[in-house]
Amino acid sequence: MSRLFLQRLATWPGLGVALRTLIAVFGGYALAACATAALSVWLPTAPATAVITANLLSFLIYTVAVLWAFSTRSAARACAGIMAPTLLLAGLAWLGRAENLL
Amino acid sequence: MKAGLRQSMAWLHTWSGLLLGWLLLAMFVTGTSAYFREEISLWMAPELHHSEPSPETPALAWAALNDKAPDAKSWDLRLPDARSPVAELRWQPNTPAAPDSGRRRGEQAVMDAGTGDLLSPRASRGGDFLYRFHFELYGVPRIWARWLVCVATMFMLVAIISGVITHKKIFKDFFTFRPGKGQRSWLDSHNATAVLALPFHFMITYSGLLIFMVMLMPWGMNAAYQDGWRGFFQDVFPRDEATSEAGAPATLTDIAPLVSRTEAAFEQPVRRISVDWPNRDNAVIRVSTDKAPAVTDRRRGGNPTLVFNGTDGTLLERQPGDEAIPGAFRVYNLFVNLHLARFADPMVRGLFFLFGLGGTAMVATGMLLWVSKRTQQLRGKAPGGALRLVNGLNIASLTGLLGALAAYFAANRLLPVEWAGRESWEIRVFFLAWLLALGHALLRPNRRGWIEQLAAITVLWASLPVLNLATTDSHLFSATAWRVGALAGFDVVCLILAGVWGYALWRVVQRRTIRGQGPLPQRPRPQQSMAQDPRSQRGARTAGDGA
Repeated sequence: MSRLFLQRLATWPGLGVALRTLIAVFGGYALAACATAALSVWLPTAPATAVITANLLSFLIYTVAVLWAFSTRSAARACAGIMAPTLLLAGLAWLGRAENLL
Repeated sequence: MKAGLRQSMAWLHTWSGLLLGWLLLAMFVTGTSAYFREEISLWMAPELHHSEPSPETPALAWAALNDKAPDAKSWDLRLPDARSPVAELRWQPNTPAAPDSGRRRGEQAVMDAGTGDLLSPRASRGGDFLYRFHFELYGVPRIWARWLVCVATMFMLVAIISGVITHKKIFKDFFTFRPGKGQRSWLDSHNATAVLALPFHFMITYSGLLIFMVMLMPWGMNAAYQDGWRGFFQDVFPRDEATSEAGAPATLTDIAPLVSRTEAAFEQPVRRISVDWPNRDNAVIRVSTDKAPAVTDRRRGGNPTLVFNGTDGTLLERQPGDEAIPGAFRVYNLFVNLHLARFADPMVRGLFFLFGLGGTAMVATGMLLWVSKRTQQLRGKAPGGALRLVNGLNIASLTGLLGALAAYFAANRLLPVEWAGRESWEIRVFFLAWLLALGHALLRPNRRGWIEQLAAITVLWASLPVLNLATTDSHLFSATAWRVGALAGFDVVCLILAGVWGYALWRVVQRRTIRGQGPLPQRPRPQQSMAQDPRSQRGARTAGDGA
């Protein structure tokens, strides 16, 4: 029964849309969040200015990520294209925090 | 998805728009009204209409506060201005905070600015109810509602950008209007309202997200500061630790000279006076003028202020100082101040109101386009359940909400003034009217439904000034209404809007051959092309980029 279900799911035309929606909404948010954190600690200005600059950019980053997730060729590409920079930026943000550098 | 960027963006635009369109419509309508939140609140409190500001108002308020709360922890006094003819007094009693009382609001009173009498307006949430509904709805836990509203805002930002990408000929389309052509006309009016105010739409969505950035995107603050947003705010708005102990009893200095000194220093009328520890020897008086000098200046502490010693009246500090505001903060302040129209004089406020109406029209025409297109594809067949549902919800969220608004205003005049529960009953009338409209729209999700609701809201809005005439003495034929511009303005706007709804009604009644609803003669087509050629169906589905 579950194999039948999986087969159905794999050929369901809405699958691509559903996956892209998930990637866009949650992946896009994760990307924007990690970008905001990384920019906040790495921008070479006063911390408050860095935070505001990062927050000004965050919603634009999110928007572009959502648009990209729906415009790229396949859901797999959308997933990889959002996950990779998210992980990179998460690493940068973690490195940038003062207590982690030591 | 496979068919290239424009098609995928068109798909995204259509479905993200439909999914949250109804919520966005409610947010646009209530948000537009919030540009005149204070004017609406004033209109809904007829007991305040006869107050007339005078040069003695600060001294009268001073006396009233001394009388009401001589031993308070702090006073906060808002003087009358162009938007409100009364003085608002607030004070924080000097009692230890209850352990779990949450935010302490203190006490407040409204004073007649001419006589110094305390007024007791009828209980009403006024414009604040609509303002709050705009971003936290009603009856839903605040945090959930705010997240929902922000998700809708994010969808709109995506819909705006994908809508722009969808349009290859955005400016040519803007000058194209093909009236009386059903779906084409809806597409053109959707384009026109969207493009005309595109900078406004982008500003209002983007700044809406920025206003809630602490809730939505706290990760930057958490990464850069040990204690997150608290650390950030302490850094940006360093707050002097207020003296937490009352000093020895002392007499406050006279307020009038401080007011005239502040007005002379900034060449603007004084708007607000606050006092820490009144009638104590450590009293501090802050006298603030009308508004921040520039739209890019900070929100908090932006108003030019002189700080005085409360007992001898010596100048302690001039705010804001002359420290430079970094560029990123200027951008942030610009967007937030534009969203809230903090800086706006009545003309600019009116312009923002028009843009808000334009945004409402943009969302509404988009939703109507969705229905119109799918109705046209039916070619005269009866619409299915989903289409009827969408059409019904469109009716309820547009004309239904406008009717509920009028009912809310009417309830303010009709409910008994002294009634204990009148404040919450005004709001109940609003929701009952909306629910009634929803029921009606779901029963008649078609042209008849639109006609009946448009007729109802035309009558309701036109009757508001009449109701005002019958129940108050600050109506359109009184001097009071014209002295306080907000009151005459409210009634005039009601009449204008009633005219707009009436015009829409007339158009719907006239254009019965175009909408494609009901048994209408369609353009003659060879019967087999529908049945045999699936491409014609697909062609119809992708015609019209924006849908």
